[in-house]
Amino acid sequence: MFDWTFVERYAPFFVSGTLMTLFISVFGILLALAVGLVCAGVDTARIPVARQIVRVYIELSRNTPLLVQLYFLYFGLPKLGIVWSAETCAIVGLGFLGGSYMSEAIRGGLEAVPDVQRETAYVLGLSSMQSLSRVVLPQAVSTAVPGVVANVIFLIKESSVVSAIALADVMYMAKDLIGMYYSTYESLFMLVVAYLVILLPVSLFGTWLERRFDYAKR
Amino acid sequence: MQSAEILLQPGVFPRLLQGLWVTVWIAGVSVGASVPVGLLVGWLMTLRNPIVRAVMRVYLDFIRIMPQLALLFLAYYGFARWFNWNLDATGACVLVFVLWGGAELGDLVRGALTSIPKAQYESAYVLGLGPWQTFARVILPQAVRRMLPASVNLATRIVKTTSLAVLLGVVEVIKVGQQIIDVNRFQYPDGTLWVYGAIFFMYFIVCWPLSIVARRLEKRWANG
Repeated sequence: MFDWTFVERYAPFFVSGTLMTLFISVFGILLALAVGLVCAGVDTARIPVARQIVRVYIELSRNTPLLVQLYFLYFGLPKLGIVWSAETCAIVGLGFLGGSYMSEAIRGGLEAVPDVQRETAYVLGLSSMQSLSRVVLPQAVSTAVPGVVANVIFLIKESSVVSAIALADVMYMAKDLIGMYYSTYESLFMLVVAYLVILLPVSLFGTWLERRFDYAKR
Repeated sequence: MQSAEILLQPGVFPRLLQGLWVTVWIAGVSVGASVPVGLLVGWLMTLRNPIVRAVMRVYLDFIRIMPQLALLFLAYYGFARWFNWNLDATGACVLVFVLWGGAELGDLVRGALTSIPKAQYESAYVLGLGPWQTFARVILPQAVRRMLPASVNLATRIVKTTSLAVLLGVVEVIKVGQQIIDVNRFQYPDGTLWVYGAIFFMYFIVCWPLSIVARRLEKRWANG
């Protein structure tokens, strides 16, 4: 039945797989946040042509699966002479997918701040920079945080798909060990533990962060 | 660029469409079966019974925290050994998507049901409606309005996630694409780009209308 010595022997594999999952997720999420900030900025500032491009990008990225995006990046792009490592493809893929989700969350936050707030700030004599940093952003962040946290969790989960382009993440380790030793119980057990270890703290931290930032609703 | 002709080869496009049909079929069956499961789960979650509550809480949290691919592995490899239950890959996919869709939809149902003010129930009783009439005529129409936009979005996510079926070996659109690429490797060495590009847009064409419907509903029923 359940073989603890197997777990002990192969736990280091799962630790390294978990670290790979974290590495890809962290950089993918940072890229997604950067893309999301730019897109949300372009959209709310209503910059003509750029805004339409952003809308097209958001629709494309939201309505296609990450797996197909990764296959396109990893197997398709080299035919155009663009050869990226699996790690780069995974990070770019997560950034491409997550950027649109982040953009929607951030835009929602910015739009939730009534115009009156900005106008009042001007009337009170604040500069546009001050009104943005002291009045608009703090309120926008408070609305955007729950969405951003949900997207962070979503992207860490989505990162499980990178095993499909031969990246040795935690999913890949589980599949490998099941294939090699038929150690289904032990491998699946370690897989579940690994994701609980990653995602439970993130989820708890997210809840704390939401509470910390909900001053606009009090 | 002439590799694009791979898509115009006889049989290539129809085969991709056949593969897409498998994808859409899995998604359709999963979404369809999620609806009754979701309604049941949502109703169970509104009950006050502490045991039912705890069970539902664990079920929802576990499904929420595990990546769908991990759930697929649990069903496909795990169930075979735990219960000697040899699900085929398609069966494992549908099972996982129904459990996942049911949990997410259940939470939406719970949210919609609990967001309806008590006064609505009381007014309905005062007007002489029975409990079943109250539910069917007063509560349900309002609850549906509140949860429909998010539910349609959930359907888009289920369609997208069916792409993972290929990793368990289901012959759906991505697998068909890989077969086409392999067969034409020498004639069209750059076929990869075009075939995966075509699949990318196929998913887009299936999911985009759903996204638009969700957004329309959201706007129209913003304060339903």
